[in-house]
Amino acid sequence: MLRKLILLVLLPLGCPVLGAEQAIELNADCPPGFELSAGHCELRSLYQMYPSLQEAGVGGLKTGLPAYRDGFTPQQTDLGRYLFFDPVMSRDGSISCASCHHPDKGFSDGRGRSVGIHDAVLPRSAPTLWNVAFLNSFFWDGRASTLEEQMQGPLYDTHEMGGDPQWLLATLNGIEAYRALFAQAFPADFTNDAAQIRLDQIYTALAAFQVSLVSLNSRYDQYAHGYANALTEPEKEGLNIFRSFVARCAECHTPPLFTNQQLAVIGTPEPVGMPFDVGAEPVLKEPSQRGAFKVPSLRNIELTAPYMHSGRFATLREAAAFYTGGRGHAVPEGEELKIHWHIWEPNLSEVELDRLVDFLRTLTDESFKPETPSRLPSGMRPVHDDIALAGEIQDGATNNE
Amino acid sequence: MNKIAVLAGAVVLLAGGYYLGTANRPEPTVIKVPSTPKAEFVSEGSSEVAAVSSTVSVRAWETPTSGELIVVKDGESIQEAVAAAQPGAVIKVMPGTYKETVYIDKDNITLSGVIEEGRYPVLEGEGVRNDAVLYSGNGVTVENLYITRYKGNAIMGQAGNNYIIRNNIIVDTGVYGIFPQLGKNGIVAHNIISGIEDAAIYVGMSDNVDVVYNQVFDSVAGIEIENSRAALVEGNYVYDNTGGILAFITPGLPIKTCGDVIIRNNFVVNNNHENFAIPGSLVSNIPPGTGMLIMACDDVVLEQNIITGNDSVGVLFTDFSLVTNAARDPDADPYPNRPKILNNIMQDNGNNPAPMVRAFLATQLETQGPDFVDTVGMDDGCISHPERFRTLGLDKYGECEFSSTSNVLSYTLPEPVPPRKDEPNMDKGKLAYYGVCAGCHAYSSRMIGPPTQIIQALYMDNPEGIAAYAANPVKKRDDYPQMPPQAHLDEETRLAAARFMLDLKK
Repeated sequence: MLRKLILLVLLPLGCPVLGAEQAIELNADCPPGFELSAGHCELRSLYQMYPSLQEAGVGGLKTGLPAYRDGFTPQQTDLGRYLFFDPVMSRDGSISCASCHHPDKGFSDGRGRSVGIHDAVLPRSAPTLWNVAFLNSFFWDGRASTLEEQMQGPLYDTHEMGGDPQWLLATLNGIEAYRALFAQAFPADFTNDAAQIRLDQIYTALAAFQVSLVSLNSRYDQYAHGYANALTEPEKEGLNIFRSFVARCAECHTPPLFTNQQLAVIGTPEPVGMPFDVGAEPVLKEPSQRGAFKVPSLRNIELTAPYMHSGRFATLREAAAFYTGGRGHAVPEGEELKIHWHIWEPNLSEVELDRLVDFLRTLTDESFKPETPSRLPSGMRPVHDDIALAGEIQDGATNNE
Repeated sequence: MNKIAVLAGAVVLLAGGYYLGTANRPEPTVIKVPSTPKAEFVSEGSSEVAAVSSTVSVRAWETPTSGELIVVKDGESIQEAVAAAQPGAVIKVMPGTYKETVYIDKDNITLSGVIEEGRYPVLEGEGVRNDAVLYSGNGVTVENLYITRYKGNAIMGQAGNNYIIRNNIIVDTGVYGIFPQLGKNGIVAHNIISGIEDAAIYVGMSDNVDVVYNQVFDSVAGIEIENSRAALVEGNYVYDNTGGILAFITPGLPIKTCGDVIIRNNFVVNNNHENFAIPGSLVSNIPPGTGMLIMACDDVVLEQNIITGNDSVGVLFTDFSLVTNAARDPDADPYPNRPKILNNIMQDNGNNPAPMVRAFLATQLETQGPDFVDTVGMDDGCISHPERFRTLGLDKYGECEFSSTSNVLSYTLPEPVPPRKDEPNMDKGKLAYYGVCAGCHAYSSRMIGPPTQIIQALYMDNPEGIAAYAANPVKKRDDYPQMPPQAHLDEETRLAAARFMLDLKK
């Protein structure tokens, strides 16, 4: 009873504590898609049978994967899952990672621009976390090169989760259940009672969970591996439009990840009333990259509307139609952008746009979607299903026009 | 091609940045008589090819065939034949007119036209279809077709190793004529291509490619080698294009190097065509009269080409500073490192420079375009017989250490690149089990489907039973949902996965 009371005091939002009743045991099995090998989870995929020019992981249907992260332990992966869903990670306990990266919304949030603590509407949309194991840069402007670096953005941004490293360590170390779980996940670091949770362990666990979000079993993948009937005729037409040199989608959204992981200036519009986003220009200190954003993967793209970096397009159809609107047609007056050479005037017909959308919907696969924990080590309740905040509508976050 | 803002930017760059130095000061010609033979040419590509060649073999491999033959007659569909074909099939297309897009997502398919007394099978795009032939399989041959009036490309490969594209006639097909991309080991030979608004032959992000004995004309760009390694461009007749032969790095692509390109024995003649690229596109900036353009591509060897009658410039070496209308790529090296110029034959180049080139030349007190220009002024280049040519920016070029690349017969490999195999963990059954089955089956714990341990107890020594059930599952257990069919995995893969599943110990 005393223990419960102490926990209650330590918890930011004294929710009823479940954790103390039965200790949580971390899963000793690797997540689906991974083989346990000498204690570590290694990725396995049929794509590993295929070659890839210069090991770049870009090509056609039977092309090998880009370089990827794996090798975490099952326990680290499972610990990362608890942290990911736990609102204890945000300063006021109002949001968790899953609030903006919701498992039922393609690990995005269904908004044009995400909302942090205190109803703060952020400047850009939350990218999906599916297949982040294969990415070599993060954020829309590519400013982070590892998941560990990336996650410190939202964790410590005053408008996102609002924490800071000291506060986060104090919070987690103050929760006995977490100390026990970190000891399970990092046994070598917890050989005596005085051992404390460290930041690098938090980052490792979250990264371990994130790289487990693999989606390579869509109907498109079945087609790519050789099953011709996996796609309908209209979807195959869509594939051929997608990779044709008229639409040129596949030149940047290159299989197998449907991104070439480059920056591109394509000149999409912002939501009405929002100022022009300069993209990667300040990151690279390169004026020619003004308005450049990372080419996003199109896997599970059906699940992550609205589209583009600030969610201007409500539907896939609208997003596809942008590319046939003419080179630079949405660039604000006075902006001189180095629009990417593949943005041209392909004059796609209405039918072709429909077929493209048909094809994009074949890239959906959630077969390895992880389970949401039924209880959290902090004792708090999951908050990622909470209703959207009222402020957003006035602020234009979901008002795409 | 792309993004070459060519001489539009060159004018600015050359006028502003090129240090004239002693370029115009006449020097006495040094007469040299060779005494000792020079070293043999060595490159990464030549070593790679030599390492796997036991006998002399030049482009001697073919797409493997199984004996299966499918004949397509006028009025029938080529795509239906491709759909029915197994790997190893030869699809023969009889003379006639075929209005379709053919896509080949299988390995080892030979798509071969039958030519009767000069009559070809014609793929007709009617100005409305996107591409004539798309392939992504390995070991694809496309030959003996007449392709016309498509909007995108005539023949486009996206990945696919060991391809052969030969003996095709391509007239007026939009953006590119032949465009293999992201493949290793390919042959583009004996094609006749004209009327292309970008490049007639465009090798993009590829390794080990021979582009040989093609005739390309009346296009904006003749032959382009882009972000590729080990490419041999030989014996091509390249005339009446806006620009003849190009080798370059396009910034912003995922594979960021270009190098080891031999361009030899080509006829690069009268490439003075009016530029008819789409307004606003990057090739629309190529000045008419450009024989060759080498941008940021390393170790390019120019040997024994006949380069004549190109009205602006014979050969231009340059860097990304010419790219004025595309974003910079900090990860790509902009310089055309180690250019090598051997015994080329130049005549009548630069006689009528395009206006932008003429404007630049005026700043140099010149009226005639040079044979060779290096806008960077590389200090690691070499040139044979520099005294023979009118040059700008080659002052720091030295003598070449080799006199010929004739020891390199081909940059293709003597045997097709094999599929990836025999690496640890590349077992198909294991990859299918973890990559597909594990979404619903864990070894000992309950997921969407029953644990592997329970399946092992049920099937014991019967992997065939699992493979058959997985293809056509029925509802078996009240406490689990019905399994979705896994017929998308072929029988061999299902059986391998079933065997792996039964042997699993943890």
